Amino acid sequence: MAAGSGRKRRRKLQLSKLFTLTGAKACFKPDHSRIGRSGFSRVVFCNEPDSPEANSRNYCDNYVRTTKYTLTSFFPKSLFEQFRRVANFYFLVVGILSFTPLAPYTAVSAIVPLTFVILATMVKEGVEDWRRKQQDIEVNNRKVGVHRGNGNFDPTEWKSLRVGDILKVEKNEFFPADLVLLSSSYEDAVCYVETMNLDGETNLKLKQGLEVTLSFREELNFSDFEAFIKCEDPNANLYSFVGTIELNGVKYPLSPQQLLLRGSKLRNTDYIYGAVVFTGPDTKVVQNSTAPPSKRSMIERKMDRIIYLMFLVVVSLAFFGSVLFGISTRDDLQNGVMKRWYLKPDDSRIFFDPKRAPIAAIYHFLSALMLNSSFIPISLYVSIEIVKVLQSFFINQDIHMYYEEADKPAHARTSNLNEELGQVGTILSDKTGTLTCNSMEFIKCSIAGTAYGRAVTEVEMAIGMRKVSALVNQSNGSRTEDAVAAEPAVKGFNFRDERIMDGNWVSETHADVIQKFFRLLAVCHTVIPEVDEDTGKISYEAESPDEAAFVIAARELGFEFFTRTQTTLSVRELDLMTGERVERLYKVLNVLEFSSSRKRMSVIVQDQDGKLLLLSKGADSVMFERLSENGKKYEEATRDHVNEYADAGLRTLILAYRELDENEYEVFTERISEAKNSVSADREALIDEVTEKIEKDLVLLGATAVEDKLQNGVPDCIDKLAQAGIKIWVLTGDKMETAINIGFACSLLRRDMKQIIINLETPEIQQLEKSGEKYAIAEASKENVMRQITNGKVQLKVYGGNSEAFALIIDGKSLTYALEDDMKDIFLDLAIGCASVICCRSSPKQKALVTRLVKIGSGQTTLAIGDGANDVGMLQEADIGVGISGVEGMQAVMSSDIAIAQFRYLERLLLVHGHWCYRRISKMICYFFYKNITFGFTLFLYEAYTSFSTTPAYNDWYLSLYSVLFSSLPVICLGIFDQDVSAHFCLKFPVLYQEGVQNLLFSWRRILSWMFHGFCSAIIIFFLCKTSLESQAFNQDGKTAGREILGGTMYTCVVWVVSLQMVLTISYFTLIQHVVVWGSVVIWYFFLVVYGSLPIRVSTDAYMVFLEALAPAPSYWITTLFVVLSTMMPFFIFSAIQMRFFPMSHGTIKLLRYEDQCSNSGNFEMGRQKSVRRTLVMRSHQPES
Amino acid sequence: MMEVEGSSTPMNRAPDHSSFLRSRRSKALYQFKQQKLPACKPVLTPTSVITVFLLMGFVFIPIGFVTLRASRDAIEIVERYDVECIPEEYRNNKLSYITDSSISKNCTRYLKVRKHMKAPIFIYYQLDNYYQNHRRYVKSRSDQQLLHGLEYSHTSSCEPEESSNGLPIVPCGLIAWSMFNDTFTFARESMKLKVNRNNISWKSDRDHKFGKNVYPLNFQNGTLIGGAKLDPKIPLSDQEDFIVWMRAAALLSFRKLYGRIEEDLEPGNVVVVNLMNNYNTYSFSGQKKLILSTSSWLGGRNDFLGITYLVVGSSSIIISIIFMLLHLKNPRPYGDNSWNKKSLSS
Repeated sequence: MAAGSGRKRRRKLQLSKLFTLTGAKACFKPDHSRIGRSGFSRVVFCNEPDSPEANSRNYCDNYVRTTKYTLTSFFPKSLFEQFRRVANFYFLVVGILSFTPLAPYTAVSAIVPLTFVILATMVKEGVEDWRRKQQDIEVNNRKVGVHRGNGNFDPTEWKSLRVGDILKVEKNEFFPADLVLLSSSYEDAVCYVETMNLDGETNLKLKQGLEVTLSFREELNFSDFEAFIKCEDPNANLYSFVGTIELNGVKYPLSPQQLLLRGSKLRNTDYIYGAVVFTGPDTKVVQNSTAPPSKRSMIERKMDRIIYLMFLVVVSLAFFGSVLFGISTRDDLQNGVMKRWYLKPDDSRIFFDPKRAPIAAIYHFLSALMLNSSFIPISLYVSIEIVKVLQSFFINQDIHMYYEEADKPAHARTSNLNEELGQVGTILSDKTGTLTCNSMEFIKCSIAGTAYGRAVTEVEMAIGMRKVSALVNQSNGSRTEDAVAAEPAVKGFNFRDERIMDGNWVSETHADVIQKFFRLLAVCHTVIPEVDEDTGKISYEAESPDEAAFVIAARELGFEFFTRTQTTLSVRELDLMTGERVERLYKVLNVLEFSSSRKRMSVIVQDQDGKLLLLSKGADSVMFERLSENGKKYEEATRDHVNEYADAGLRTLILAYRELDENEYEVFTERISEAKNSVSADREALIDEVTEKIEKDLVLLGATAVEDKLQNGVPDCIDKLAQAGIKIWVLTGDKMETAINIGFACSLLRRDMKQIIINLETPEIQQLEKSGEKYAIAEASKENVMRQITNGKVQLKVYGGNSEAFALIIDGKSLTYALEDDMKDIFLDLAIGCASVICCRSSPKQKALVTRLVKIGSGQTTLAIGDGANDVGMLQEADIGVGISGVEGMQAVMSSDIAIAQFRYLERLLLVHGHWCYRRISKMICYFFYKNITFGFTLFLYEAYTSFSTTPAYNDWYLSLYSVLFSSLPVICLGIFDQDVSAHFCLKFPVLYQEGVQNLLFSWRRILSWMFHGFCSAIIIFFLCKTSLESQAFNQDGKTAGREILGGTMYTCVVWVVSLQMVLTISYFTLIQHVVVWGSVVIWYFFLVVYGSLPIRVSTDAYMVFLEALAPAPSYWITTLFVVLSTMMPFFIFSAIQMRFFPMSHGTIKLLRYEDQCSNSGNFEMGRQKSVRRTLVMRSHQPES
Repeated sequence: MMEVEGSSTPMNRAPDHSSFLRSRRSKALYQFKQQKLPACKPVLTPTSVITVFLLMGFVFIPIGFVTLRASRDAIEIVERYDVECIPEEYRNNKLSYITDSSISKNCTRYLKVRKHMKAPIFIYYQLDNYYQNHRRYVKSRSDQQLLHGLEYSHTSSCEPEESSNGLPIVPCGLIAWSMFNDTFTFARESMKLKVNRNNISWKSDRDHKFGKNVYPLNFQNGTLIGGAKLDPKIPLSDQEDFIVWMRAAALLSFRKLYGRIEEDLEPGNVVVVNLMNNYNTYSFSGQKKLILSTSSWLGGRNDFLGITYLVVGSSSIIISIIFMLLHLKNPRPYGDNSWNKKSLSS
C-alpha cells in the first residue's frame, strides 16, 4: 500500500508540472500528446506477454486481494491493531511489568488472560479475513479464455492473466481485468456492458472497438496479431482513458469508448475479444475502492471515556495507596529503631526501604497499578465484538426482515453500529426506490384530450382513506391487501381501459392520434431490447424505469419494439389500413438526449415512407410552450388531465411530434455537427441552441402518467416510526407537487398539518431570472429564503412549538441558500420544530449536506436510507447508512452499513433490533464495569488493611481468571440474548424506542450509578466477610481463618453477587441464560476443587483450601449466604421502588403484560401507550446529571 | 411472577416463508435464530417483591437465632498480658525490657472461669497491629524448601532471610524467622493442666506442605534473632506450632491456635498461666492476648453474624410490610384504565 501511494504522489507531482507547460495550448485531443511521457508511460505488448520487453515492465499480476491481512502480515498487523487500544496496551504494560519483582502476582497469571483475550480477537479477525480470502479465491480462480498462440484460446484462471493477454469474454461474464475492446460478435465491434457494480446504473452501456481491429473476429485471426498499446498509468478515474494502439506501424487513438472495465459485465453480445491493459490492483475498479469510512457508535465512543475514567480511578487509588505506603514504610525505621522489626526494614531492597521511602512509594505506585488492573475489564472489547457479531447474525436471520420475492434477507454489513440503531432520532430517506418501488407503472394517459385508464392510484386510495377514516377507524392492513390484490399482470403496466386495449383503439374517434401516440412511445427512447431466445419474449433494458414503462405500455397496446441497431429501430405494429400486424423499420437519425435542464428528449427518425419525424416527450413546463398554433387543439383538456394526474401522485410527461422537411433537417444536421465539433467552452450551450430551434412548433398528442408505487407497508411503517418519536425527512429529486402527494400517501403529511413551504418560484425571482443577473438573483433569493424561514418560525411560535402540527417543504434551490453557513442554524431550528420535512429537487450533494447539518446541528443520531448511487454521499455521511437492496444497483448497498430489502423492514430493524441491541450493549457495558469494580475494589480494601503493601486478597489465579472465566460468559449472554420485552411488544409500543433516543440507559447518571453500585457491593462484601471471619475460630476444630480462607470466602461472595446481579439484570431467561449464569458459579466451585488439588508448586496457598477448610465449615456457607443476599438487598429494594413508583417505560410494559397475562381480560389496548408515553415524558423531563 | 412465552405465541403477521425455512433443521434452531426461545421473564411485581422479602425474612431470622445461639455457646476468656507482664519499673521503656535477654521474662496470670467450659478448650494467642499480611512478609518464604529442604536451592524469594554465614537457612524467610516464641503452661488449683499441642495445624499442611525429612538448619543463627528457635532434630512436618505460624493471617489482628486443654473447666476455677513473655510486640505497639475458648459447631464466638442475620431478616419483613401497605393503599400507580378504548393513532 505504501508503495502504491508513493507512486501516486509522484505521478501527481509530475502531472502538475505538465499542466504548467502545456496548459495554455489548446488542442483537440490534448491528452494524446502526452502519451509516452510520465503519467502516460504504460506500454502493452498485445498478444506477447512473455516477450522480454513486456517482462521488463514488471506489471503486477491479476490477483486481487480484498483481505485485510496476508499470511505474513497477519501476526504483526493484528497485534498492532490490538495494542492500539489503550486498555489492551495497559494490560500489555502490566504484563511486562509482572516479570519484575514489583509484581504483586506471578507473571504467568497476568499474561494468560491477556493472551487469551488477544487470541480470541485475533481468531475473530482471522475468521473474518478467511471468509474474505475465500471470496478472493473464488473470484481469482474464475476462468476466462486466453489466447495461447496459434489461435487457441484456453480457459485460464483470472489471477494468472498478464498485461498484454488477448481474452475472449463470453456473454454474461464479468471482465476479469481492464481490457481494450478489439472486436465483438457484432460486425461493427460494438458490445453492451452492464456497469451496475461500478456506478450503480442499470442501463446497458455501448462500447465500440476501433475500426482497424474489428476484423479480428475469429479465434484464428489472433495467431499473428501484434499491436502495442501505449496508455495512461493506472488511475481511479472511471470515465477517462487515454492511449494509442499501434498496428502495423500506424497509431490510432484509444478512448474510454474502447475500455472495458473489470467489475462490469458483458451483455447482449455473444463474445468479445480484448487486450488486457490493466491487471489486478491497477484496474480502475480496484484503484477506485477506498476503505469505507469506519463508523463508531456513540456508545462505543462513550465507552472509551468510561475507560479513561476508570484509569483515573485506578491511578488515584494507586496514588492514594502509595502515599500511605510511603508514610508507613518511612516510619518503620526511625533513628535506627525498627518499628515493625519482623519486616526487617534495616535489610531491605529498594521496594520497602524506609530510608528511601519516596522511591519505594513510586515503585509501589507501579505495583498498585498492576494490582488495580482488575478495575479495567480486560475482556470488554473482545466480548463486545463477539456480542455484536452475534447480534448481526440475528439481524441477518430475522425472518420478518426477509424479502421472499427477491430472496433477500437483511444484511448487517458492519456489526459496529447495532446499538446505534436503537438511538436514531432522525431518519433521512430517499424517495424513489426507497419509499416507492421504483418500478414505474404506466397507469393513465390522456390522448387527444380524452383521459384513458381506470386504475386507482395509491395516493387516490390514501385520499379516499383520509375521507373515510374520520367516520370508520379502518385498519391499516386492508389497504395493503388491496394494493397487493391490484398487482398488475405485467410488470410496469397497470393500465386498464377496454376502450383502447386489445386493439379496440382502432374504433376510437381519434384512432390516428392514438396510433401516433403509442408509436412515439415505442420509438422515442434509448431502451435496448433483449429477446429471450427460448420463449421469444422481449424484455427491455432501460436507463430509467419510466422509459421501460413506456415501451412496455406501447408493446401491450400493440406497438412492439423489438430490435435496435446502431442506426435503426424496428417496431411491430398494427397497420390502420390493412388491419394486419406489420414490422416497421425506423431509421434513427438523431437522439437529442434528456437532461435535467432541457427536461425533454427527442428523436429524429425517418420512417419507411421516407417521412422525417421529430418525436418529443418532456415535462409539461417546457412542452406546452413549444406547441405550434395548430398543434394546440387538445391543450386545455390535456392540461386539466395533467394537473389531475399530478394530484394523484403520478409522474407526467407530455408527448408531441412534428414532421420535418428535408431542407430543415439538412440545416439542422449541419448545425448540430458544427456545434458538436466546436471546441469552445460553450459547446453545450451551442448544442442546446441548435436543438432548441428544431424542437418547436410541435403538435400535441397527449400526456402519459406513470405511477411510482409505494412499497408495501410504507405508510404503516412511517406511522410507527413517527409514534416512536423519530423525525422523518424525505430528500427527493422529485417535483414539489409529487413529493407532497407522496408525503400524503405515506402518511408523512396529514391534512391537519400546517405546511410551511419554502421555494423560489415567486414572481419577483422569476422576473429577476429572466433578466439573468446572477448576483442579483442570488442576493434576492437568499433574502427571500431567509424571509420565508423567519416567517415559518413565527408561525411555529404562534402554535406554541407543537411540532406535531407542522410540516416543512423546501425545494432544492432554496435549500442551496438555506444550507449556507449563516442561515443553516436558523433553518435547522425551523426544521426541528416540524414533524416532517420534505426536501424536493435536491441533488446528491445537498442530500449529504442536509444529513451533515442534521447530524451535527441536532446532535442526534441520524439514519440515512436510500437505494441509489445518488444516495451514497448521504449514506456515508449519516451515523448509520441503510441501503435498500432494490433495483437500482448495488452502489448504495455497497456503501451502506446495513442493507434491507424493503423500507418497511426499517420498522423492525429499529424498533426491535435497534432497541434490543441498544439495551443489550448499554446494559452489558454498565454491568462490565460494575462487576470489575466490585471485584477490584474488594482488592483495594483488603490492600488498605495490609498497610498498602499491595498484597492481593486472592490467589494469583483467582485474580487473573475472574474476568475471563467466572464472570464473562453471563455478560456476553446478556449482550446477545436479553430482551426487555418481546418483539411483539416492541412494535406495539413504539414509544419504548425513546429510551434509546434519549439515551436513558447509557446516560452518565446511569453509568455512574452502576459504578457506585459496584463500589457499594465491594464495601458490603468486604466488611461483612471481614467481620464475620474475624479472629475467632473458623470451624469446630478451633482453626482460625487465614488469608486463604478470607480470600476464598470473599471471592465466593463476589462470584455469587455478580451472578445474582446478572439474574436481576436479565429480563429474559432461556435455558442458555440459566446454564451460563449458574454455570459460572459452578465453574468457580469446580475450579476451587481442581486447582486446590494440584500440587503445591502450582496451587501455592490455595492448596486444598476448599476441600479441607471451606467446604466442611458451616461458617463458610452461612457467611456466603448472608453476605451475598445482604449485598443484593440494596439493589433489589432500589429496583422494587423504581418499578413501583418510577417505572421506566419497559418496566411499565412488562407490568402491563404481566397483568394482562393474569387477568387474561384481553383488555390490552393501544391506549395504554399513553401511560407508557407519560412515564417516558416524565422521565425525560428529569435533569440529566 | 413468572411467565413463559415462546412456542405458543402466535407469530404476528408472519407469512409462510417456506423457502427461507428450508434450511432449518429443527424447531429449536429456528426459535434460536428468531430469538423466540421459550423463556421465563421475571417481572418485579409488587407481589413478587413482597414475597421475596417475606421469604428472606423467614429464612434469615431462624438462621440468625441458630447462629447467635452457636456463637453464645462458645465461651471465651480473653487475657491481655503484654502490659501486665512487664515489671513496673520497665513500664516506661518496654522495648528495653523485651530486648534485654538477661532479664527473666517469666510472668504469671490468673484466669477466672465464669462459665462451664467443655473440653476441648482451645488455647489461642492473639497479636494485634501485626502485619502478617504485608507483601514483603507474605512473600518471604519458600514453599518448595519447606517441602524439599536443602534439595531446593532457589530460595531467592526468602530474601532477606535467605542465608546467613554463607549457609542457607532452613526454613528460610521472614515468616519463619519471626516466629512467635511466648510459651504458656497452665495449672488449675496447683494441678498442672495437660495441654495437647498436637493436631493444631491443618492436615494438608502437615502432609503435603512441610517435608517429613526437612530439619531446621542454620536457623536463627544470624546477628539478629527474630523469634522462636526450632529443634533441629524434629522434622518440620512435626513442628506444629511452626506450621500454624507459617499460615499467614489475613488481617492485622489475628489469633493462632496454641494448643488444647482436654479437660472441662468449671465455673469458679482459676487457671494459672505461667508464661514466658519473649515476643517483641512493643516496638510496633502491638498487643498480645491469651485466649481460652470452646467452640460450637460454627466455630468460635462472634455474635456479629447472628445479630446481622436477625437485623437483615427483620428489616426484610418490615420492608415487605411497607410494600404491602403501599400496595393495598394504592394498587395501581402506573396509569389508569379510564381511556382504555381511546386510540391514539387517529
